[in-house]
Amino acid sequence: MLQTLKRLYHQFGSPRYFYDITGRMLPWLVAAALLLLVPALIYGLGFAPPEKYQGNSYRVIYIHVPAASIAMSGYFMMAVAGVIVLVWRMKMAEMVARAIAPIGASFTFICLVTGAIWGKPTWGTWWVWDARLTSMLILLFLYLGIMALNAAIEQPQAAARATAVLSIVGAVNLPIIKYSVEWWNTLHQPASITMTSSAIDPEMLITLLTSMAGFYCLFAVLVIMATRCEILRREQRSRWVRSLVTEAVDGV
Amino acid sequence: MANSVMSDHSSVEPSLWSGLTAVMKRDLLLAFRQRSDMVNPLFFFVMVIALFPLGVGPEPATLRMLAPGVIWIAALLSTLLSVDSLFRQDFDDGSLELVLLSPQPLFVVALGKVLAHWLITAVPLICVTPVLGIMLFMDGNTLLATLYSLLLGTPILSMISAIGAALTVGLRKGGVLIAVIALPLYVPVLIFGTSAVEAAAMTLPYVGQLAYLGAFLVLALTFAPFAIGAALRISVNTR
Repeated sequence: MLQTLKRLYHQFGSPRYFYDITGRMLPWLVAAALLLLVPALIYGLGFAPPEKYQGNSYRVIYIHVPAASIAMSGYFMMAVAGVIVLVWRMKMAEMVARAIAPIGASFTFICLVTGAIWGKPTWGTWWVWDARLTSMLILLFLYLGIMALNAAIEQPQAAARATAVLSIVGAVNLPIIKYSVEWWNTLHQPASITMTSSAIDPEMLITLLTSMAGFYCLFAVLVIMATRCEILRREQRSRWVRSLVTEAVDGV
Repeated sequence: MANSVMSDHSSVEPSLWSGLTAVMKRDLLLAFRQRSDMVNPLFFFVMVIALFPLGVGPEPATLRMLAPGVIWIAALLSTLLSVDSLFRQDFDDGSLELVLLSPQPLFVVALGKVLAHWLITAVPLICVTPVLGIMLFMDGNTLLATLYSLLLGTPILSMISAIGAALTVGLRKGGVLIAVIALPLYVPVLIFGTSAVEAAAMTLPYVGQLAYLGAFLVLALTFAPFAIGAALRISVNTR
């Protein structure tokens, strides 16, 4: 078990192996994302039963909830990658962490925008200074800070290690921020779905979960594609990247 | 300072406490020799607060309502402004590298520097707050709450912004970047600081909010020096 883990760690730590294996995985992931997302979104936005009180406006949850979930778990993944960067100095973790930041920020932004679109018909305003909205906004600021620091440091390894420190500090702070804004002001409804029970109709739930799985596949596709670009950029002097590029040029 | 630590190393290992006081003594001495670093954040604080009545109108009721937020945000911004120079001089003249080489663990050095920075920039700011509070028509009880909350909150602000300063010390465009990095992390301090003052303004008990601030302070004092140390090491190594 430990041996396999160790081997996997070393394999995925090598940019070349990562590039090869993700190149083979990518078409499957894209297909999975499309197969899950397209039906879930068409059904959710068009055909799922309307909600009892909110009518059709609730349908935005099929985008809003997955985006919110990815925004938070993306940050968590970045912090975990940050720990790996600082402790084991793994090059691939540096690249993955760098790739996640803008994508996570985009999902946070999507979550805020869809929330505003839902809030207008339901709460009557685009924005309220409610705890969850505010902590999501601050999460976006944290992402932006990390992206700014990443962009400001030229040397890639130093940038990765500095942002690793920052994302870990942010991850320690996030629960405190979340808790303190909740204490400050709250209006948002509590989560309707927990691990064990759900307060929503099974038809909606299945659509939501499918859409969630689809969005996670999409997130994986985006992160992998961004990481592959980063690999090519950072390993541009290595022989395998050069031969890859010359092959591609010759092939055209 | 670094030299004396290095030479002591051969004979007897200096204690953590002596390391901490040496760093603090050095930074305080430098600040007193070069008073503009001390005075400018204070001027900034006073001026921002003085500009607010000009912006929102001089009615005592409005000002009394806005006062806690105004004082806290001004304190936060002046901390941010002053922290940019926290490690910069040491980084530029190379003494930071010597400090990293010293036998003292890095978190002691970081803690000493941040405490000195707090004494230099935040304590004067807390001292002038009563005057500003009177100018914003705060009553005695509210003013007292403001002082308590600033006393507990500003060291946390110094700690957090020091992490930002340590991460950006090697960069030319540090100033704005520190703000972008540190401001989101200030949120809990700002919330509990202002809500303590607001509770006091409504003559409610505010011990709870102060207790939370105290807890955050303990958390920051425990963990932030390590983050600052790690950040300094990264910044110096990539120079």
